[in-house]
Amino acid sequence: MSGVQLKFVRKTYPNGAEAIRGVDMDIKSGEMIVFVGPSGCGKSTLLRMVAGLESISGGDISIGDRVINDVSPSERDVAMVFQNYALYPHMSVRGNMSYGLKNRKLDKAEIEKRVNEAAKMLKIDQFLDRQPNQLSGGQRQRVAMGRAIVRNPQVFLFDEPLSNLDAKLRVQMRIEIKRLQRRMNVTSIYVTHDQTEAMTLADRLAVINDGLVEQMGAPMELYSNPKTLFVASFIGAPQINLIPVTFDGKTLNNGSLKLAGFKDLPENTDLVLGVRPDVMTQTTKGQLDMRVDLVEQHGGENLVYGALQGAVNDEGEELEICLKGDKALLPDLDAALRLSFDPATAFVFRKNTGERLL
Amino acid sequence: MKRVQYEHSPIPYLFVAPQIIIIVIFFLWPAAQAVYQSFLLEDAFGLSSQFVWFRNYSDTILSGAWLQAAWFTMIFSFLVTFLSLGLALLLAVKANEVIQGASTYKTLLMWAYAIAPPVAGLMGNLMFNPLIGDLYGFMNAVGFDFDHKLDPVDAGFVVVLISVWKQVSVNFIFFLSGLQGIPKSVQEAALMDCKSSFRRFWTITFPLLAPTTFFLMVINITYAFFETFGIIDTTTQGAPGGATTTLVFKVFQDGFRGADIGGSSAQSVVLMLLVLALTVIQFRFIEKKVHY
Ligand SMILES: Nc1ncnc2c1ncn2[C@@H]1O[C@H](COP(=O)(O)OP(=O)(O)OP(=O)(O)O)[C@@H](O)[C@H]1O
Ligand SMILES: [Mg+2]
Repeated sequence: MSGVQLKFVRKTYPNGAEAIRGVDMDIKSGEMIVFVGPSGCGKSTLLRMVAGLESISGGDISIGDRVINDVSPSERDVAMVFQNYALYPHMSVRGNMSYGLKNRKLDKAEIEKRVNEAAKMLKIDQFLDRQPNQLSGGQRQRVAMGRAIVRNPQVFLFDEPLSNLDAKLRVQMRIEIKRLQRRMNVTSIYVTHDQTEAMTLADRLAVINDGLVEQMGAPMELYSNPKTLFVASFIGAPQINLIPVTFDGKTLNNGSLKLAGFKDLPENTDLVLGVRPDVMTQTTKGQLDMRVDLVEQHGGENLVYGALQGAVNDEGEELEICLKGDKALLPDLDAALRLSFDPATAFVFRKNTGERLL
Repeated sequence: MKRVQYEHSPIPYLFVAPQIIIIVIFFLWPAAQAVYQSFLLEDAFGLSSQFVWFRNYSDTILSGAWLQAAWFTMIFSFLVTFLSLGLALLLAVKANEVIQGASTYKTLLMWAYAIAPPVAGLMGNLMFNPLIGDLYGFMNAVGFDFDHKLDPVDAGFVVVLISVWKQVSVNFIFFLSGLQGIPKSVQEAALMDCKSSFRRFWTITFPLLAPTTFFLMVINITYAFFETFGIIDTTTQGAPGGATTTLVFKVFQDGFRGADIGGSSAQSVVLMLLVLALTVIQFRFIEKKVHY
C-alpha cells in the first residue's frame, strides 16, 4: 500500500476557470480522506486529477514514490467508483468486474477467484450473470464497488458514490464502505457534500473552498477547533449559530445584547461569534434570550429554533438561532427561553477575512 | 368481474385513413399490379396480352443478364454499406474527439446529406467526365489506365464512390449522436480499466453503438438496393455491358426502356421477395445480438 502526495496542485480548465488553486496534501498509506465543500468548490476536479481523468495544470501528484502526472489512468493503479455507477451496460455483472483484469492480462483462474471473492464480500454473488439493467440502484452500486475492489488498487477514489441512493440504503452502504476500507486497508479518497458521510467516514477531512484546502484534520478536530469561519459554518449539523458582533473592550455587542467573558479582541472591527447549538443550555441565569419558533423532534434529541432577542443580523432582521437538547426539552411556541454558554466553548472570527481570533 | 369498456368511436380510423390510403394506392395496388402483370406476356405494341404462368419468371430470372445484375447488386450493396458505414464511423469517432471548431467540422461533414441521389450522380458524372472531369484526370495522372466507359471495374468504382459519398453524411449524423449518447462516465470507467484505445473502442464503444449500427445497416442496404438508382441512371446507366446494372435499374430498363412489362414485373416481384427475405434475416438473427 502507498500514500498519495499532492504538491501545489493546480487546475485551470481550457475555458479559463481556475478550479484548483494550489493544493498541498499528504495522504498516508491506508488512510481514508474525505473532501467536503460546497458545490463547485473543486472536489471532483481534484479527485479526477488523481484518477487521471483531468490533466494537471501545475504541481505534482504522486502515489507511493511515483509521480503520476503523465501516467495514463489505467496505469496509475487507482480504482474509482462513480456517482452514477458507470457500469458497462452491455456486460454482465461478471463481465463488468472482470473487464479491467482481462485487459491487464491476468490469468483466468485468478480473475475468477477475485471476482467470486469480491462478489461474496459484497453479497452480489447471486447476480453475477445478470445485466446491469436488471439490478436495483443499491445492487448496481455494489457492482461498481466490486469492480473497484477486484482491481486490488493502491488507491480507491469515490465521487459521491451514495448520492443516488435513498436515505436508508445510504446509511447502510456508508457503514459497509467504512468496514471494507478498514478491512482492506487501502488508501481512499472520498468526495461528498454530505455532512454525516464526511464526519463518519473520514480519518481526516479536507474542507475545500474555492479551489483551496481551507483546513484539514480529523473530523472532531475540525468540529471543535475550526481555523476559519467557513470551516466552522460548514462542519456540524445543525449549523453553528453565527452572531455578528463588535467588541468595545469589555463586551461583545449586537443591539441590546451584551456578552461578557471575552478579551484580547480588536475593537471597532466587525466580528462574528460562533456558538454550537449543543454547547448552549437552558438555564434561568443565561446570557441569551430566545423566542421559540419551532421544535424539531428527532427522537433521541430535540432541536429548538427561534429568534435571538435584542440582536439583529446583517440585514437588520431577526437573528435565528438553534439550540440542541434532549427529548425532554419541549418548550411551547413563542415561549421565552434563557440560554447560557461557556465563552470558552465559543469561537470568534474576524468577519472580513474569516480568520479565527478566539 | 367487470371489464372496463370504452365506447368505440370511428374517429381513430379517420386519423389513420390517410396513411392507409397512401399505402394502398402507392404500394399495395402497384404491387398487386406487378404480380398480375408478371404472369402476362404482351405483344410488342402492347395491344394484346396472354396468360403465360411462370414463363416471365423463368425467362428473365434464368437469363445471364439478370444473374449478372443480381451478382453486381450483391457486391455493390455490400461495398456501399460496408464502406459508407465504416467511413462514417471513423469520421464520427474523430469528429467526436475534436474540441475546437467541432461544429464547423460537423456541419461540413453533414452537408452532403441535403443532396438528392440524382444530383450526386450528375456531380459525379461531371467529375468523371473524360474531357473536363478532375477525378478522371487525376486517376489517369496517378497511373491508372482509368476508363469507366469501357472497364467494368472502373465503372463499378465510380458508382460505388458516388453512392458512398452521398450516404456517408447520413450515417455520420447517426453515429455521432450515437457516440454522444454513450455516458461520459462509462467512457471514463473504461479509460481506467483499459489502456489501449483500440481495444477500448472494440470492447466498449462499438458494442454500445450496435443498435445504431444495426439500424443504419438496414437503412444502407435499402439505400444501396433502391435509392442508388438515381446515381446509376445519371452516371453509367448500367454500362459497360450491364456491368453496373443493379436489379432495380434492370427493372426500370426492361420495363420502361425495353417495354417488357411482364418480364420487368416478374423481376420486381422477385426483388420484393428478396428484400422481404433480407429483412427477416436481419431482424431475426442480427437484432438479437445487438440489444443489451
Ligand atoms: N470541464 C470543465 N470545464 C470548465 N470548467 C469546469 C469543468 N468542470 C468543472 N468546471 C468548473 O470547475 C469548478 C469546480 O468543479 P467541480 O466539478 O470540481 O466541483 P465540485 O466541488 O465537484 O462540485 P459538486 O459538489 O457540485 O459536484 C466549478 O466552478 C466548475 O464550474
Ligand atoms: Mg462533483
